[in-house]
Amino acid sequence: MLLPAILYIAALVGVPLVLALLYSVGDVKVGSVGYRFVGLDNFRSVLENPGFKRALLNSFVFTIASQILSLIGGNILALALKDAFPGRRFVRYLVLLPWVAPVSIGSMGWKWILDSLYSVINWVLVRLHLVKPLDVPMWLGEPVLAMISVILVHVWHTLPFTTVILLAGWTSIPKDIPEAAQVDGAGYFRRLFEIEIPMMLPIINVAVLFGIIFTFTDMTVIYILTRGGPYDTTQVLPSLAFFTGILGSDLAEGAAISMFLLPLLAIVAWLMLRSARRAEVT
Amino acid sequence: MAIVETRKLTKTFRKGDVGAVLDVDLESREGEFLVLLGPSGSGKTTLLRMIAGLETPTAGEILIGGTVVNDLTPRERRIAMVFQSYALYPHLSVFGNIVFPLKSQGVERSERKRKADWAAGLLGIGHLMDRKPRELSGGERQRVALARAIVREPSLFLLDEPLSNLDAKLRASAREELEQFQKRIGTTTIYVTHDQVEAMAMGDRVVVMNHGRVRQIGTPAQVYDEPADTFVATFLGSPPMNLVTGAAGITGFRPEHFLPAGAAPAGDALTQRFRFSHEEYLGAERILYGALTGGLFDGAKVVSRIASTHAALFQSGADYDFAVEKRHLKLFDPATGLRRA
Amino acid sequence: MRIGRRGRAALSRVVHVGVLATFSVLLAFPFYWMLITTFKRTPDLYDLKNNPFIFNQPPTLEHLRLLFNETLFLRWFWNTTFAGAAVVVITLLFAVPAAYALARLTGDWGEKLGIGIFLTYLVPPTLLFIPLSRVVALLGLQDSLWSIIVVYPSFTIPFSTWLLQGFFKAIPRELEDAAMVDGLTRFQTFLKLVIPISVSGILTVVIFTFTLVTQEFVYALTFISSASNQTVGVGVPIYLVRGDVYYWGSLMAACLIASLPIAVVYNLFLDRFIAGFTVGAVK
Repeated sequence: MLLPAILYIAALVGVPLVLALLYSVGDVKVGSVGYRFVGLDNFRSVLENPGFKRALLNSFVFTIASQILSLIGGNILALALKDAFPGRRFVRYLVLLPWVAPVSIGSMGWKWILDSLYSVINWVLVRLHLVKPLDVPMWLGEPVLAMISVILVHVWHTLPFTTVILLAGWTSIPKDIPEAAQVDGAGYFRRLFEIEIPMMLPIINVAVLFGIIFTFTDMTVIYILTRGGPYDTTQVLPSLAFFTGILGSDLAEGAAISMFLLPLLAIVAWLMLRSARRAEVT
Repeated sequence: MAIVETRKLTKTFRKGDVGAVLDVDLESREGEFLVLLGPSGSGKTTLLRMIAGLETPTAGEILIGGTVVNDLTPRERRIAMVFQSYALYPHLSVFGNIVFPLKSQGVERSERKRKADWAAGLLGIGHLMDRKPRELSGGERQRVALARAIVREPSLFLLDEPLSNLDAKLRASAREELEQFQKRIGTTTIYVTHDQVEAMAMGDRVVVMNHGRVRQIGTPAQVYDEPADTFVATFLGSPPMNLVTGAAGITGFRPEHFLPAGAAPAGDALTQRFRFSHEEYLGAERILYGALTGGLFDGAKVVSRIASTHAALFQSGADYDFAVEKRHLKLFDPATGLRRA
Repeated sequence: MRIGRRGRAALSRVVHVGVLATFSVLLAFPFYWMLITTFKRTPDLYDLKNNPFIFNQPPTLEHLRLLFNETLFLRWFWNTTFAGAAVVVITLLFAVPAAYALARLTGDWGEKLGIGIFLTYLVPPTLLFIPLSRVVALLGLQDSLWSIIVVYPSFTIPFSTWLLQGFFKAIPRELEDAAMVDGLTRFQTFLKLVIPISVSGILTVVIFTFTLVTQEFVYALTFISSASNQTVGVGVPIYLVRGDVYYWGSLMAACLIASLPIAVVYNLFLDRFIAGFTVGAVK
């Protein structure tokens, strides 16, 4: 009963993984026949590429900033949704929309909202006299702003997922523990930071680890909003691998670039297993 | 040491009335162990939580130490509470749990340690300070909860069925320790339970509640020997008081006062014919089940409770003479359930 | 400043409403914007002097007409739906038995295998897409919808197995034992007892799998090169642009329609969706 599934996964995950490794140490281009082992040539070439260093840095900035914002936002939203209130069902529906709609579609919506000429945000900013009409922010056209935009859109897309996981954690805290803390004299913030959040740590762990994996290895938001631009300032490892390997037809170098995703994946996977084991002990 | 007082305290919920509290007037004396006793849904826990400040009253006032505290948060009322589940902070050690209230008050570190050691010493858990709650037994957890409660030396203790999570055997010894503990520290204590044995054993006074209302307040002896109504009469005592309905109203008498005629003390007694059905042998005593025959209460099912030292054998279906001393007869009004005499 | 109890409650309510309103607006705004843009006349859309929040000219169906009649949008919609259904079927065929086996496997192996299968879900498409593009070409599936129908189960199966395993574990063994004592074989028990009870879990898996399919971008972008074979998720951002010109009216109409049905389905299955998350994640 298990075998078919295992075979399927082995064929479509295991085999490609091995192939990726082989490509990264080989000489393969789209349309090429045969295989030539070239050792670490591809990696050397990748590391010498200034675009690569930029992409690596961007990947970390993108991931860390997204996770921090996601965690803070997700917890605040989860706390607001924890207790019942009239209209909660409707609010939950609204709040889930960014996750539910395909990420590329949502990103296109943002692309229009952030358009260089017609951005509704800029229209509001001009109206509020916060910026001059001829000096509006180019959300997707200036390097720093583009990175900020890409981070925010990604957070927008993943926030519902994070919130749902955190909400599960918040509702699992037994009611009498915060009450005991109240009686013990703890105010709202002490309760939150010394009692409730420490109890939430295992769940927060899960949310963060998942988030890191999905963010570090994602390229969709960036591809749609900026194609990695302006001038590669929002390029991240996965999108660089795509441009190099698929659009640039250099499968070997593309594979080498995506190999750099592995160390992080391995570390995160190990951390997940460790915290899962610890959770079982308790 | 505070006196707790409630005046016409009421709490109603929107959906149905389970746990509601209606018009409760209560006054607790200094240093006393006051028990709130009643079945589930009688409102006793809700009442306790209102005193703690965890629920807001719909009407009425709560006073602690003479001051109205309705608008004060639990933190401001300077009380301590032990929850049914103990509510220990799972990520903190025993020491961390005990000092938490002190930390919240801003007590400085060395003083915190001194007080924690004192509280732990009082409860005999000094050797457990580094453990986490999940490593402790039920009894140990209860003591940690108590230590955390007394470490602030509060003016009032509130306990919500703290013994119900313990095994039956442990419960009796824990009960005794708790009683002694309270007598030693002398803090006014309000204790919620549905177990009438606990209430009788521990309470200086018992507040018997049902459906949100107070039925009677009195010492264990008072609520047992002079019950205010049929509810109190049947709730206290196991097996419950026999209630037989007749033309004059409801007559009640406790199983231990309904004895075979020969064994009943000499005195003004009412004799009844008793048709024996079956008995339960409980070791120290015997419970006899049967029904009254003839006379005013023909057919009424009654229970008798005799000591096992009384060795007489009874035949199922046979009639015997049983008697109750007249002074042990209670009369209740059939319409209101209240005791007339 | 000491705020009394009543004051504190009022303040917390204001903060609560404020937080909810802010998040609701931030998260739902783009969809509202899609809605407005879909029905605005082009001159109205591109006139910087106009207030973008209102209809300065009467609304129009022009963009919708363009979308349905002059683009491949409906084709993409069909492609995605077909692929989604096919992937769901394949996934269920593989994942349901696998999850059941894992749930009933006693001992260390079951645990390890389950974790192993789940870990494969974490291997990202942006690592596998390069070699897979070659594999797809080798199989002759390049530029075909079948390429993604074959490849998608590689991540929907691990995820679904993990989800279903939790559901199956929750079914008490005694129920199955009782059925077998009554004369059913293990396979019959599985078909006639376990599956009907797990309809809830299976439905959750169907929803999640379909979501994973509609969300997917990288594989579809990589394997499928011609517009007519593309999915909605890739077709709309890539092929609704003519040269360098973005026809925002139709684009937003496409986005709105691509988001709507899924949103409606989610509304129906909202609680199931959230429960599915928590069942899997909190374990």
